[in-house]
Amino acid sequence: MSLASFLLQLLNGLSSASALFLVSAGLTLIFGVTRIVNFAHGSLYMLGAYCAYGLGEFLAGHLGRGAVSFWAGVALAALAVALIGALIEVLLLKRLYAAPELLQLTATFAVVLIVRDAALAIWGAEDLLGPRAPGFAGTVVLLGHAIPQYDLFLIVVGPLVLVALTWLVTRTRFGVLIRAASENRTLTAALGIDQVKLFTAVFALGALLAGLAGALQLPREPANLGMDLAIIADAFVVTVVGGLGSIPGAFLAALLIGLTKALCIALGNVEISGIEIAFPRLTLVAEFVVMAIVLAVKPHGLLGRPPVPPSSTPLPEQRELVSAPGRREAWVAALLLALLLSVPWWRDDYTVVLATDILIATLFAASLQFLVGTGGMTSFGHAAYFGVGAYAAAIAVKAGAPMSAALVVAPVAALIAAIVFGWFCVRLSGVYLAMLTLAFAQIVWSIAFQWESVTGGSNGLVGIWPTEWLTGRVRYYFFTLALVAVAMGALLRIGRSPFGFALRGVRDSPLRAAALGIDVRRTQWKGFALAGLFAGVAGGLFAFSKGSISPESLAIPRSVDALVMVLLGGLNALFGPLLGAVAFTWLTDTLARATEYWRALLGTMILVLVLVFPMGIGGAFARLVRWRLRT
Amino acid sequence: MLSVDRLTRVFGGVRAVDDVSFSVAAGELVALIGPNGAGKTTCFNLVNGQLVPDTGRVLLDGARIDGLSAHSIARRGVGRTFQVAATFASMTVRENLRVAMLARAGHEGRISTLASAVDDDAVDTLLARVGCLDLADAHCAALAYGNAKRVELALALADRPRLLLMDEPTAGMATRSSARLMQVASDLAKLDAIAVLFTEHDMDVVFGFADRVIVLDHGRIIAQGTPDAVRADPKVREVYLGEGANTSTRKQSGRQ
Repeated sequence: MSLASFLLQLLNGLSSASALFLVSAGLTLIFGVTRIVNFAHGSLYMLGAYCAYGLGEFLAGHLGRGAVSFWAGVALAALAVALIGALIEVLLLKRLYAAPELLQLTATFAVVLIVRDAALAIWGAEDLLGPRAPGFAGTVVLLGHAIPQYDLFLIVVGPLVLVALTWLVTRTRFGVLIRAASENRTLTAALGIDQVKLFTAVFALGALLAGLAGALQLPREPANLGMDLAIIADAFVVTVVGGLGSIPGAFLAALLIGLTKALCIALGNVEISGIEIAFPRLTLVAEFVVMAIVLAVKPHGLLGRPPVPPSSTPLPEQRELVSAPGRREAWVAALLLALLLSVPWWRDDYTVVLATDILIATLFAASLQFLVGTGGMTSFGHAAYFGVGAYAAAIAVKAGAPMSAALVVAPVAALIAAIVFGWFCVRLSGVYLAMLTLAFAQIVWSIAFQWESVTGGSNGLVGIWPTEWLTGRVRYYFFTLALVAVAMGALLRIGRSPFGFALRGVRDSPLRAAALGIDVRRTQWKGFALAGLFAGVAGGLFAFSKGSISPESLAIPRSVDALVMVLLGGLNALFGPLLGAVAFTWLTDTLARATEYWRALLGTMILVLVLVFPMGIGGAFARLVRWRLRT
Repeated sequence: MLSVDRLTRVFGGVRAVDDVSFSVAAGELVALIGPNGAGKTTCFNLVNGQLVPDTGRVLLDGARIDGLSAHSIARRGVGRTFQVAATFASMTVRENLRVAMLARAGHEGRISTLASAVDDDAVDTLLARVGCLDLADAHCAALAYGNAKRVELALALADRPRLLLMDEPTAGMATRSSARLMQVASDLAKLDAIAVLFTEHDMDVVFGFADRVIVLDHGRIIAQGTPDAVRADPKVREVYLGEGANTSTRKQSGRQ
């Protein structure tokens, strides 16, 4: 690696850090004031890029291509996104400020789904390449390398925005209000400050920053539908590393992450004691390592402060009495089992395939229910463990292992992943934990995507079929049913074991648990690991049911799917995961067949559920079912 | 039993606990009193491991426990009740106590047995001691406040502590039931030779049950001794009861 190529990558890293900082600053600003983590912030960034493209083209049609149409397009795009942000705040978030954070996050994820389909409908699925930025289209030659002028421009934008934001926060009346609201919400309300307007304004400002970042990104990267989740995972890492609520922290963290990535690319392929390491493929692993080191040393980030308790609002369901399953539940279970055994005789093969999917989803959702319901840990990245299980099984089969061995490898690999990631996750709570789980899941996804020689990259791995005696849909269905039933039984029993009660105790009152001599973190860590283990079982079954595996199986939408199933079925409900999996699978199957825009419809449905039952969907749903059964 | 040696903890320039030393013997009930913000709860949190002291030592039976985590201090025989009763809301009273018994036995990590396999007679005995046996199957989140406090006491006792810390045990309770709760604690202390340290605002409770009283103000101990001696101490009367000539200047220059 030459100094020049390192410098080149350094500048490249700094220019990406600017976009990341802009998005993260908005995210952190919104969180500081409203205490909401806006999942849809990446979508606003994506909209910024699309709007800049659309408005730029529109203006170019009227004013001709040039500096005016380009920069006006960027400015208007940022303003348009600010407006959209304000609209989202007024229509949706306003109703969610008092809701548990699990529902806040879920609702903002619904916005992600809706925005993505809206972008698909308006701009199509093709990537849209924007024009070069007028005035910065050329290159500057530095040490014999050509560096795009635009990159240099972006490098300056980051610090400029930091200075502007710092001025805004420290020197203006608006900034005083922002700081006051971040410090003490009740007090600002008592002082007669119009919080309603303040929150809307702050959200619009955050959206403006995201929109600006997206619009400025257009000359570097075509507008595409994957921008939203790609940037939000990075932004979560940056805000967590920088310290949630701290704008300078976000800046530092963005630089740190940007430079780490640049360094990896600059290193190239390096041979260390005979083993060739391809550093450019390790950018995400490096990002993870940086985050891990920072969080191990400073759990609340570089410049963050410990969250003021209470840091989280529990769902009312988490205060409900969890009664031991009795005779009635045993009857229902027997009845359900009989019903499930009869599925192959219902209709056709498609029903059997769907039922297999549902069973696997049930186990996956049950493992998440254990984590979120019993353990009280909100995870937005549970698919990571499902996916690790699936990939481990597939890789084992590819390496020549029999199916039985592959099905053992799957949960073990998931367990190991959950132990490693869980160590960091349980050091945080509430939204921090949710953000971190998501970031880890995105890292695992990227590894599956980038590590082509082992994981098959975006194509994944194919030809993972069950052993001979399990070939055929019906046979595999029965096999899945047996394994899922055993796993569900085990999960249920763990829930009633001393450990299950200790885990629930830690969720109910960490203070009391510690005073009784229970190691809170260790208990949560173990709970996290167990949830990962069971997700791994589901993942292994999944790989063999499909015969193939792709990065999609561990992408963020799958994590959220499981979360929606858990919320639909109820956090405590014994048969909740099954109920949720049936309802969700049926719903998406029906929607997907009805419309191309089924994700938006699903998002809308999630929003309706969250808005109608702001105190918990599952509980209300379960009560409704009970009520219907009684009458 | 408990010995606190020159304990200091500073929060951003405020000496919340400043060079505090005292001890509590087995079977003794000691009250820690003082105006709001005097440092009582900080003192508690330092003893049971929720906070780490800046300087000074906390000794339990001669062994240092300062700097240990809250759960390992609990493991060494320190029970605690909180200002706002901390119980497991999603469980019944009996299940709460089962968790406590399991934790005491070191079984809280087991996944192959059932929590209900706990010896329920021991649970019943504990509940009977605090007078909550009839509430065994009640949902903890639905308990009246006074009952939640009594259940919490049973939880703290399930650990069979050598030292019991009670942070405002009777706050928010009616006079009669608070006297009953303190009587239970007092009897237990004498019977099982438990050292009890408690903070309290209700002076009837303090002077009715404490063997010894320690008075804190601005993080410092200004008096300690028998209830009668403390009651008669002019410094205490001045600071605590607001008597004396310089009350008004204190208020102006006092705590922020």
